[in-house]
Amino acid sequence: MTDIPAPRHIPDRLDKPFRSAIFSWEALLIVVAVAIFAINSFASPYFLDPYSLSDLTFNFTEKGLIAFAMALLIISGEIDLSVAAIIALASTMMGMAVQAGAGTPVLVLIGIVVGLGCGAFNGLLVTRLGLPSIVVTIGTMSLFRGIAFIILGDQAYKGYPESFAFFGQGYVWWVVSFELVLFLIAAVVYWFLLHRTSFGRRVFAIGNNPVAAQFSGVRVGRIKFILFCLTGLMSGIASVLITSRLGSTRPSIAQGYELEVITMVVLGGVSILGGAGSIVGVVLAAFIMGLVTFGLGLLNVPGIVMSIFIGVLLIIVIALPIVWRRLRGSS
Amino acid sequence: MKAFLKYREIWLAAAIIVLIGLISTRFPAFADPGNLRQVFNDTSILMILALGQMVVILTRSIDLSMASNLCFTGMVVAMLNAAHPAIPIPALIVIALAVGLVLGAINGLLVWLLNIPSIVVTLGTLTIYRGVTFVLSGGAWVNADKMSPDFIGFQRAAFLGIPVLSWIAILVIALFFVLMTRTALGRSIYAIGVNPTASVYTGIDVGRTKFIVFCISGMIGGLAGYLWISRYVIASVEVANGYELNIIAACVIGGISIAGGIGSVGGAVLGALFLGIISNALPVINISPFWQMAISGSAIILAVVLNARGERQQGRIILRKAEVA
Repeated sequence: MTDIPAPRHIPDRLDKPFRSAIFSWEALLIVVAVAIFAINSFASPYFLDPYSLSDLTFNFTEKGLIAFAMALLIISGEIDLSVAAIIALASTMMGMAVQAGAGTPVLVLIGIVVGLGCGAFNGLLVTRLGLPSIVVTIGTMSLFRGIAFIILGDQAYKGYPESFAFFGQGYVWWVVSFELVLFLIAAVVYWFLLHRTSFGRRVFAIGNNPVAAQFSGVRVGRIKFILFCLTGLMSGIASVLITSRLGSTRPSIAQGYELEVITMVVLGGVSILGGAGSIVGVVLAAFIMGLVTFGLGLLNVPGIVMSIFIGVLLIIVIALPIVWRRLRGSS
Repeated sequence: MKAFLKYREIWLAAAIIVLIGLISTRFPAFADPGNLRQVFNDTSILMILALGQMVVILTRSIDLSMASNLCFTGMVVAMLNAAHPAIPIPALIVIALAVGLVLGAINGLLVWLLNIPSIVVTLGTLTIYRGVTFVLSGGAWVNADKMSPDFIGFQRAAFLGIPVLSWIAILVIALFFVLMTRTALGRSIYAIGVNPTASVYTGIDVGRTKFIVFCISGMIGGLAGYLWISRYVIASVEVANGYELNIIAACVIGGISIAGGIGSVGGAVLGALFLGIISNALPVINISPFWQMAISGSAIILAVVLNARGERQQGRIILRKAEVA
């Protein structure tokens, strides 16, 4: 009945017998995803259409990109609440550059560099000064978005060049959008980074026991710093995509995204206490959230009501395995 | 340790006095007792909410759903008032407390019985409660013209020259002061934050105490719901959107450690006042209100840097040495 973490095993990539694979978190998510997909196709005749399904992906690609980096960060035992504010600041900077006559490559560069810089700032505060990340990033969340408000006030930047629109609106092939391709590439890269490299193992080690990791020669501070930079970087990339998709910048852009990204990560089976999680889970959670929002949207359910479904889904999916374990333990 | 805590609040109080001093160099009337009373009244709701959040944070938990609770409860009392203007205000306040209590108890039960981390539970209920507000109201607003004069006027009525809203804040502060310093529950809340394992061995039911603190923060959210709606005289789904982070910011500036166990009623009140003074001062000294967000963000970062320095000096010395070695 306490927050003290129970002694845990490191659940990533131990030899998994077939049986435990069936009962894994990812399997549960796949079942949920398939169920929602099926319900959607029955509920709306417009759902099973390549163009509809393509539109669906825009619901999660931008948040999903950030969710990958956030997953690593949360596995390491930290959190970043400032991601949406980073999007706002990076977008504002891109807007300023447009007013100064910058071209598309410069804009993309600015978006990414500002994101990276904000992430590094968070990382420095957390690792150098040893501050709790949840508080630091609540602060920088106000700070970053606050700067965007100071620069823009109630105005908006428009007039992005035509070639810039490709990132958020362009299609690589048929109905496959650039955003979706980027999302899938990022999924593979982050999967490899977390599950197939020593860096990923260190992230898990830090999340399970930072002190033991330190004594084992893991440079805890440096790795956490890198993770904050990565989260900032992904937010910068997401900012480029969103700005390009909307074609304008307001300081309130992407408001509330941070909680949606974290919901996605937690729904994907990443332990909020750190030390456990997988990229496959996050990808599935991104799909599920996209499916729920889009399917309900086709049924003319307002966005705010969808958020009830997302919230209930989050709690049920977390509670279900706990209840299940209790029932089996008591019988 | 007690002396040290007092020390920190004195520093925060000094910072607030310096802040008021700086503002009054640009706008002398700001330091008027009448104006300061006005600032206190403006900050009352934030102070009440910060106290509710404080008891949760002290037990190493967090309640992200307070602003959504406020929104929902506010909508309930506003709709009740619009439909049945005859219901007296004290009864409405009791209803607000009860509705808030139910919402808080839902959080608390999930944390207590299922042992789900509070940040996950309240992240979920944050969106659920606001969504349910939409379902309840059908997206419609309740405007001032639908509210009864009593509903709007109650908190504005002056008693001994001070509005009722301020009196409610003072009453809540007093209650929390008694709770935290004079009751066994208050001591248990601190104990859980400092060391949950040791608390279990001393006979404290950690889960139940966490349930109680979520009930408290829920009731506070409900009370603030009525106060907020009757103050800004509009009930909509957008009420206090994103305000949960302001509440936490007030706690952090007030020196309440997010790691639990450290913090006081005075700190929470001063932290809220600090934010309240900034938001009241910016317009009068001709700084665009768009600066407010960045300033409070900087204040949070500064506060957490300073507080972390304070926390590092005390306790846990054995562990620190081991870490260095």
